[in-house]
Parts: sequence; C-alpha cells; structure tokens
Amino acid sequence: MKSMTVSEKSEAQKSTKDLALDFGRAWEYAPSPEATDHVKIEKRYELFIGGKWVAPKSGKYFPTVSPSTEETLAEVAEANAEDVDLAVRAARRAYDGVWSRMRPEERGKYIFRIARAIQEKARELAIVETLDGGKPIKESRDVDIPLAAAHFFYHAGWADKLDYAFHGRKARPLGVAGQVIPWNFPLLMAAWKLAPALACGNTVVLKPAETTPLSALFLARIIEECELPEGVVNIVTGAGATGAAVVDHPGIDKIAFTGSTAVGKRIQAALAGSHKRLTLELGGKAANIVFADAPIDQAIEGIVNGIYFNQGHVCCAGSRLLVEESVHDVVVRKLADRIKTLRLGDPLDKNTDIGAINSKMQLDKIRELVASGEKEGAQLYQSTCPIPQKGYFFPPTFFTGASQSSRIAREEIFGPVLTVMTFRTPDEAIEKANNTMYGLSAGIWTDKGAKIFHMATRLKAGVIWGNTFNKFDPTSPFGGYKESGFGREGGRQGLSAYVELDG
Amino acid sequence: MYLRRVKSNGHDSLARANGDSVSRAYTPLFAPPPVDQVAVEERVASLAKRSLKKGAKVAGLKLSIRMMDLTTLEGKDTPGKVRALCNKAMHPLDSDPSLGPCAAICVYPNMVKVAKEALRGSGVFVASVATAFPSGLSPIEIKLDDVRRAVDFGADEIDMVIDRGAMLMGDYAKVFDEIARTKDACGKAHLKVILETGELGSYDMVRKASEIGIAAGGDFIKTSTGKVQPAATLGVTLVMLETIRDHYYATGRKIGMKPAGGVRTAKQALQYLVVVKETLGDAWLDPDLFRFGASALLNDVLMQLEKERTGNYQAAEDFSKD
Amino acid sequence: MKTRTESHVDAADVAVPGPLAVTDPSGASAGLPRLRVTKAYKMYVGGAFVRSESGRYFRVASEEAQGDADPAGVNIPRGSRKDVRDAVVVAKAAYEKWEARTPFNRGQILYRLAEVVESRAKELEHSLVRAGQSRAEAAREVAATVDRAVFYAGFADKVSALVASHNPVSGPHFGFSVPEAMGIVAVIAPESPSLLGLASVVLPPITGGNSVIVVASEADPRTAIVFSECLATSDLPGGVINVLTGYGSEMGPIFAKHREISAIDAWTADEALRATLEREAASSVKRVKTHPSPNAEMWFDRRRGQGLGFIERHLETKSIWHPVGV
Repeated sequence: MKSMTVSEKSEAQKSTKDLALDFGRAWEYAPSPEATDHVKIEKRYELFIGGKWVAPKSGKYFPTVSPSTEETLAEVAEANAEDVDLAVRAARRAYDGVWSRMRPEERGKYIFRIARAIQEKARELAIVETLDGGKPIKESRDVDIPLAAAHFFYHAGWADKLDYAFHGRKARPLGVAGQVIPWNFPLLMAAWKLAPALACGNTVVLKPAETTPLSALFLARIIEECELPEGVVNIVTGAGATGAAVVDHPGIDKIAFTGSTAVGKRIQAALAGSHKRLTLELGGKAANIVFADAPIDQAIEGIVNGIYFNQGHVCCAGSRLLVEESVHDVVVRKLADRIKTLRLGDPLDKNTDIGAINSKMQLDKIRELVASGEKEGAQLYQSTCPIPQKGYFFPPTFFTGASQSSRIAREEIFGPVLTVMTFRTPDEAIEKANNTMYGLSAGIWTDKGAKIFHMATRLKAGVIWGNTFNKFDPTSPFGGYKESGFGREGGRQGLSAYVELDG
Repeated sequence: MYLRRVKSNGHDSLARANGDSVSRAYTPLFAPPPVDQVAVEERVASLAKRSLKKGAKVAGLKLSIRMMDLTTLEGKDTPGKVRALCNKAMHPLDSDPSLGPCAAICVYPNMVKVAKEALRGSGVFVASVATAFPSGLSPIEIKLDDVRRAVDFGADEIDMVIDRGAMLMGDYAKVFDEIARTKDACGKAHLKVILETGELGSYDMVRKASEIGIAAGGDFIKTSTGKVQPAATLGVTLVMLETIRDHYYATGRKIGMKPAGGVRTAKQALQYLVVVKETLGDAWLDPDLFRFGASALLNDVLMQLEKERTGNYQAAEDFSKD
Repeated sequence: MKTRTESHVDAADVAVPGPLAVTDPSGASAGLPRLRVTKAYKMYVGGAFVRSESGRYFRVASEEAQGDADPAGVNIPRGSRKDVRDAVVVAKAAYEKWEARTPFNRGQILYRLAEVVESRAKELEHSLVRAGQSRAEAAREVAATVDRAVFYAGFADKVSALVASHNPVSGPHFGFSVPEAMGIVAVIAPESPSLLGLASVVLPPITGGNSVIVVASEADPRTAIVFSECLATSDLPGGVINVLTGYGSEMGPIFAKHREISAIDAWTADEALRATLEREAASSVKRVKTHPSPNAEMWFDRRRGQGLGFIERHLETKSIWHPVGV
C-alpha cells in the first residue's frame, strides 16, 4: 500500500465508483416465524357496548383480512347509527353514574390494571396486530405493544394529579369522547386515545379502523377482565359510515381523530356549530435533513427507520430526505446498498423488516404515486428483493432528482417510498422543509448540537428528532402544526385535549 | 491511497494527498466522519435481535469456528499449553471432523515456534502479538525488533498494538508512522492493528484510529488486546466495519476485521456475524476477512452445535478444556 | 348611545365651531373662532394608518359632541377582503421577527404599551364617553386596560416556564417540549367593552409571539383606533397588531378562508357567524375558538378576563429529541 501515483489514483477512481456490496446468500437466515398456535381468534366479533358483546342492529358483519395472506381472519360487526347511539348512551350512563364520580385514584388504578394486562398479553397482542395489519412482528413486539402498555401506565398516574397539571386551574372532564383511529398502529392509537381520556374522567366510544379492528377487540376483552365499569369504554367497529355516525352524534362532547388530512377537514367542518371539542392528528410529509457534517452511517439508519419503519405507514414518516448537496452522492450510494439488506416478507417472521402493505387500496395508491414519480422523471431506486406471491407487498423504494413541486415530493404516499432532494445551506434546508402544508415532524442529522437547536427552532413541525427518527414516548407530546392537525397526545400537554379548564 | 508518506528529517511523516475527490464517502485521515453513539448502539441492538434458527444457526456457528483465532496470551503459557491449543484448533471436536479447523492460533512471540511446529501442514496460521504487547509503550526499535523476531520464528500474522497514548494526545502522525513501520517489518506476514478500543473513550476516536490503522497499512483492524475492559463490543465492531466499508467504497480494497476479548458465547458470535453480514455483505463472511479473537468461545460454540445436533442441552464438562 | 348608520350624514354631524380660537395677527379674521381640524379615522395596518382599500366606510355617531376636534359622527373604514389580504402580508412579516425577539424584550414592549395607554388615558376615556359611557365607567375601563397590558408584560418571559416540559423519555435522548407561536391569529374582538375587550384578546396572542389581525368592536371602532395610536407610539413593531374596522360578519369568513392565517379567536354573539367560522376554517385545519359574547363584566374579572389560558390557546407545542452521547 504506502503511496500511489496520480495515474493510479484516477484509475482507482474509475474502478471504485461503481463498487457495491454484495448482500447475497453466503449465510442465509432460516425462516423464524413467531408461533401463533396459542392465539385464538374468534370466527365472529360483536360490538362491545355497555360492557357486553352485542350483535349489531345493522345485522351486518364485514371480514377482516390479513394483508400478508389475503385470508379472512374473522368477521366483525358493522355498527350503524343506531348501534353508535346505543354506545353513546352507554358511555353517557357510565359517565354520569360512575366514572365522573369515582375517586380519581380509583380511576387511575383501573388504568394501571389495563397497562399490566397488556404487558401480560403482549405476545398475543403482537401476533394479532401483525396478522391483522401486516406489520413486522419485531415492530409490534418491540414498539407497538410495549408503547401501548406504557401509555396506559403513564396516564394512569395522571388520574389523581390533574390538580397539579394546569397551574392552579381546575380541570373537569368533558363527558363522552368519540375517538376514531387509523390502521397503521391499531392498538397503540387506541392506547393514545383511551388512556388520557379515561385518566381525565371521560368515557369513550372508540371506532377502530375497518382493516385492523382485531387488536381493539382484544383490548375490549382486557378491559372486561380488568372489570372496568360497564360503558366506560365502548368499541364500535365499522368503516367510514360508522365513524361519521360517531362524529355526528349529538350526545358526544369531544371528538379525537387520527387519520388523513382530507377526512380530518371533513370532520372539522362537520363539527362546526356543534360545541364539540376536537383534536386532530393528521397527515405529514416530514423532512429528514442530513447535513454534510452528520454521522453519515447513522443518518442512513435514521433515513431507513424514518421511511421504511412500518412500511412507511406512519403519519410522521421522514418521507422527504433533504441532503446537503456535497454528500448527496455518498448518501445515495450508501442508501442504495442499505435497502438491499432490508428483509421483506412474512410479517410473522422475526427477521422481517418490511411487512405487508395494509390493504389492496393502499397498495394501489402507492403504486400510482410511484408511477407518477417515474413519469415526472425522477430516478427510481428499488430493492430487488423477492416479493411474496400472495399478499400486498411493496419493495423499499427511493427517488432522486425529484423536483420540490412533484407529487412524490408533496403528497403523503404513506408507503415505503422516499423522495431525496438536496439543499446547500441551512436556510435553504429550512425553507424547503417548511415548504409544505403539513407540519407534523422533522429530523435533523448533524454532529453539531448548536445546529440541531437552530434548526429545531425554525422548523415548523410538532416533533423534531435530532440524530434520530420515529421515536415515541408517552411523556413526549405528539401532534402537528398546520394541516397536520391540532392538539397533542402524550405528556402533560396532551391532557388538555380531555379537560375543560376554568380560565 | 489518501496519504502519501514523505521523508522529512529522516523520519517518515505524513502529508495529505491533494485533490482527494476519489469519493466523498471516504473522508481523509484527520477528519473522519463523526459517529453518533446513540444511533450506533440502537443499530447494533436491533441487529442483535435477529432470530437465528436451525440451519442458519448451525451454519453460522460452523463458520465462526473457521474464523477463530484461538488465543492464549498469559504469562504462564508453556509449550504444553500451546500444543494442546493447537490440537484443539486443528480438531475442535474429535467426534465431528467436519468442524474447523480454526483460522489461527494467537500466541506470544516465544511460543510461535512451538505453535508453528504443532500446526505444520494443518493450514492453521500462527499469529503472534508483538510491538510490546499489550501496552505498546516501548521504544519503536524494540517494538519493530519484536515484530521481526516473531516473523523470523514463523508467525504468519502479527497482531500489533497502537500507541494509545499518542492517539489520545492527538499525535496521529506518530501512530501512523509506527503502524507503517511495523507493516514494513512484517514482510510477508499479515498485519492486524489492535486499536484497544476500550482505552479510546469514544466511537469518534475508534473511527479515527480505524482510519489510521487502515491507511498506514493494516490488513486487519482489531478491537482489543483482551487485557482491557471493555474489549470487543458490537458497537465498536460496527464502527470499525463502517470504516472498512468506506475504505472499500473508495479504493476497492478489502480490510479485515477482528473483534477480540469478551466474545464468549455462541449467541454473541452469531450476533457479530449478523453485524458483518448486514454491514459488509457476503465477501466478509470469510476467515480471510473476519476473525474472532477468543479462547472460551470455541467450547460454547461446540456445545451449541452439539445441542442442535442432538436436540439436548449439553454439559460444559463434556468438552475438552485446553 | 346612537347606533351605527351607514354612509348617511346626519345634520348634527356638520362641524360646528369649537371653543378654541387663536388670535389672527393680521386681524383679518378677528373675532371669528378658529376652524378646528377634524380627524380622519383610519385602520391600523403594518404600523401605518390606512383607509379601506375598498373606499367603503360606515358611520359611527356619538352620544354628544364633546367639544373636541371630532364632529359628533365620524366615518370609519369598512374593511374589505383586500384589506385582510394586505394585513396578512404585513402580519406575516411581523410575526417572524416578533417571535424571534426574546420574551424579555416582548415583555418590555408590552410594558411600554401600558405606559403609553396610561399617558393617553384621557384621550381613551374621552373616546369611550363619546361611545356612550359615563366618565367613571370610561376611567375604570382604561385603568383596567393599562393593568391588562401590565399583566401580559410580566407574563411574556414566564409562559415557557409554565407550559414547556422536560420529557423523561425512556431512552438516551434529552426530550423537551417548548411552546411556540402559531403565526397569524385573526381575532374578532368583543363588542363591549370596546377597549378592555380588545386589549384582552389581542395582547395574549402577541405575548406568546404571534401577530394579530383584529376586527374591532363594530359599535365603537373609534376607541380601537385611538388605542391603535397608542400601539403606534409604543415600541411595538408595525404589523404585530393590525386593527381593522368593519363588520365581523363580513371579515370573519374571509379570515377563515385565508390559508395564511393559523388561528381564529372570535368573540361574537352571532351564532351563525361562529358556525360559519368553524366550518370555513376546516379547509386549512385552522385552530378556531369561538366564544359566545360574555357579559362585559367578565373582562374586569382578574380570574376570568385574563390568564395563561388566553396565551396558551395560541401556542403550538414542539417536542424535541436531542441525543445524549459521546
């Protein structure tokens, strides 16, 4: 080695430019599927209203399908307006009769019970979540379920400490909360919604997403086992019409919704003049900003975690990568190699990194947007990993050379698709990052602490991650700026969504 | 590559080559990319959770045996002890001749001849620590002489230690020069550069020392002497592998990696292999480019292999302690 | 109190000679009283006093001629869609700089405003009297307004301490949440009390770093304009508070539809207007809070007429995760 002449060096330049790593079959991981035999999924699920499992007045049931196998897992009751009305009445009775009168510390103890029961049943809940939603078991096992338990545990402790929470202002519950949640983190979103509502003394009518109702129904069983007073939590399954019936019900005092910005806007408009309180956690198109002075190899992991975590079905996904121009080529080269190592396939396999797309509809939407990216002239990078014959799958993908105005740079794709763009100065990074109607999250990668703070102050987003991405914690308020919604979930600040304050 | 050595005052010194635009993936010696501790540890924790079952486990464990530098580096080492270890390296498990052999035996210079003799014809290499191992705090002439004598005794590989004091004082030129001169002294023997990461204090320093070790001529970079805690960890191994990756991207040259010290269980060995597989890919899943420096590891690997073969958990006493 | 009349000139409003006169040294007009100069009332936008771009106006009469420069009735600009547009442009520019100031500095400027309002107390009282209040009521309202400014002046650099948090996340990160201004807050001020109500709803959002566009009381916009003169002579940068006059029912929906406005705070008895604002605001997911007009006395109540809630309503929470490592 020692030294090299100039001509040797340029020769090396030529030959090394296209070097790529070979992630082949030298040592393959054997399939390692999580055993599912101890999880019993019923053939049919009724509605959970007033502490009882009741057949829907609608008389209708819909299938819930595993997106990785396209097999029907169970039939689930479809609640209509009449069913929702029964649920709201049950919640009201529970609010007036029991829950709002209960000593706060007793309320807290019920919520602690739920947290503990989730921990006890963590394995089966993880399996159900993965079966019904398609997410990799390692994520439901290590992220969704532990965080769901943590949210209940955290909020349980608030129940008898609300007098400390608002600087002397007295907090009282709102009454009956109607909560409509999405399919990307089914149990975790149920926890984010239920835990603060219950801790603050409200009762709840919860509507899970139609493609992922099972874990909420398992949670209903847990709530039964924990002997919560009947009607404190009611779970009505169904699709958009069921959600609309919850939103429109005059007996509800507060609506909390997590989902798309389009639906959020419709809900906000529908509630006009109703006096119902509202919090919205909507879409995003987060910028993940990588500076030249970043720890590049760790930034690559952050990029991967930002966009490929949960197949990119994450409202706060880092779907726009803004890279300082001087390191663009390096980042692209490394990222292109890195996505080759992502393991796509059976979500129940413990080594699967990328599971199934949640539904056929979502898969079609992703394909359509990726096609538009190619049509608009962006350069496509895509893993060539094998795609299972059955089920809805989409390989990890990223685009370079996309314009700031292209659809793949502006629209929320909600899939494993990243759009890479460049910037030259911190100001330009801020300008481009903020150049969106969304404002949910952002990531900053730099070795310079001062720069993290500088950027964090100027980015218009509710959650900012410095040298990390997609981190959640019950103590950390989560929620958006601009059209990503309003209100926070988690932390002391999140309690405001479920109380009325005197001044 | 990025550094050329120029003569100044009769000693080797360094200067950065101009126009270093071969690849921005590879940053020159004195300004390596920063490393984020939190993210490194998160990454290895995630890799450590890979689930390795049945065939994958057996194949990984068998591979790990072939990657082992079976090591004894004790003041009480004797020819008898070394011969026993050599025998173990050549035939890790008498009942299964398909296992092994190990990659090398790693000993002090005085034991090289014994090992060389014991291993003759086996294909198992003899590695010798040198350069005033483990501290490296002796005059350079003595360290070089140590290397030359070990090579003369028949060592195929030299495991040197860097001057951590110089490293921590910022005298990177000294560290570089000593490695380069050691490489010269090695002749045909391969050079492994021990960074003693447990004394370097941060991943940034590990990264920097790795860059220097590679640039100055190391064929392998190695975490530790085994005499300092912490020794090898998945985190420092990842950072070193990332340095190797950047060097490969920039030059096409493949540098080897050797975690040493602290790798005691089969489970750990598999975790290291996962980190290698998912960081550098197939080419490095080979004893030519990846080694474990270990003594206790082999028996645990053998025990796990027997468990896989028989379906029953094994007892430690069933395996020879050499 | 006379009610508002539109574009209609009352005979009583024709200027009459006032009591003040100066001697004309030429003697030419000896004995004739001096013709007083009446004031054209303008909206306060971007630190300047402007007419409505639309050229429209509405008449506001007063209880009685007070012997001052004003005629009994004055023409007040009737703000339009384009006035809102212009106000948004300056409010946006002002917000970015206002939010970047230190809370201590914002507090000092709010205190300066209190000083200026106090020093112009007589003028403000006068305007309130013209709008139909007794001298005593007017004095009480102005005094309460000064105190309200002092209250928020002292709050500016304490809001963070009360609403920010350290979030002890389970992992190697330092997590914290800080309040941040929303941007431009559009406000429909309470009809009454016209001065204290206005101050009580525009000061809290700017305390938190927002800029404000407010539609003043329709019944007494004149006092809002006098108050704007206080704003203009305090150290408050132009554009931080923009005072429009006109009809809330006309301008409110324009606020609601304007995508650059982040939040609406509407104090109005008009239930249909409240519903319209809530509905129209949905198209850009605005933060909207509408309030049925409370009893005017509420604003004098130290517990209910002011407080952290008024500030917090127009703050976002930003949660930041910073790595902790070597």
